Amino acid sequence: MKIQNRMRVSFPARSVNESFARTVIAAFAATVDPTVDELIDIKTAVSEAVTNAIVHGYREELGQVYIGASLYPDGRLVVRIRDTGCGIPDIKKAMEPLYTTCETGERAGLGFAVMQELMDKVQVRSTPGKGTTVTLEKRLKIKQ
Amino acid sequence: MPVKIELSPDRETVTVYFTGEIDHHSAKKMREDIDSCAQHNEPRVLILDFGGVEFMDSSGIGIVLGRYRLMQELGGELRLQNMPSHIRKVMRVAGIDNLKMTDSKGDKPK
Repeated sequence: MKIQNRMRVSFPARSVNESFARTVIAAFAATVDPTVDELIDIKTAVSEAVTNAIVHGYREELGQVYIGASLYPDGRLVVRIRDTGCGIPDIKKAMEPLYTTCETGERAGLGFAVMQELMDKVQVRSTPGKGTTVTLEKRLKIKQ
Repeated sequence: MPVKIELSPDRETVTVYFTGEIDHHSAKKMREDIDSCAQHNEPRVLILDFGGVEFMDSSGIGIVLGRYRLMQELGGELRLQNMPSHIRKVMRVAGIDNLKMTDSKGDKPK
């Protein structure tokens, strides 16, 4: 299906940019007038994926996070969050609720569970040593 | 000021009022402020109030679970209050949306 609108943005993997990233995507989605609940869902899911890239993808380095988003005429919003960090050796395990590699005990290990709860589709592609791409999709209720 | 922390006059209850956005970036300072106050005062009850929160991702779940562990160590109780629907939705993923977490062991250690 033909893309109605699209955007791209990239930024250094600093935690201060988590807020920037979700706000940019919310502003992009707002162009098709979604509901407040839909916007909150999108912001939360994007925040999870970007945090994963910063905390896990670039554990020991300051890399770049790339986000691309597309809106389709049928109301689908597709957001891709990509890093070129360490990658995920076992995606299935990483997506298990409560699984975390964080050793401080302060990450709940529920990032993917939250993304899956709030979005219609969550797809993860990763190559160890090369990076990870998380694709989030949600169909917005288009008001005509 | 991401959190406002109040200690009851009898020093038994600490109430934490979150404001603004809770994410991985802001959570660290919030945790430090809460833990410092709770460890210093060893309250019987720690209340986390989410009424002023505009945004929260799973970092907020981490804050709740971490403070639950802390209050267990201190022999006290953790309560959650004033959760807007968008916060409740995220908490539901962890199964802690309707929680008044209590420690059945009772009194805090002397």
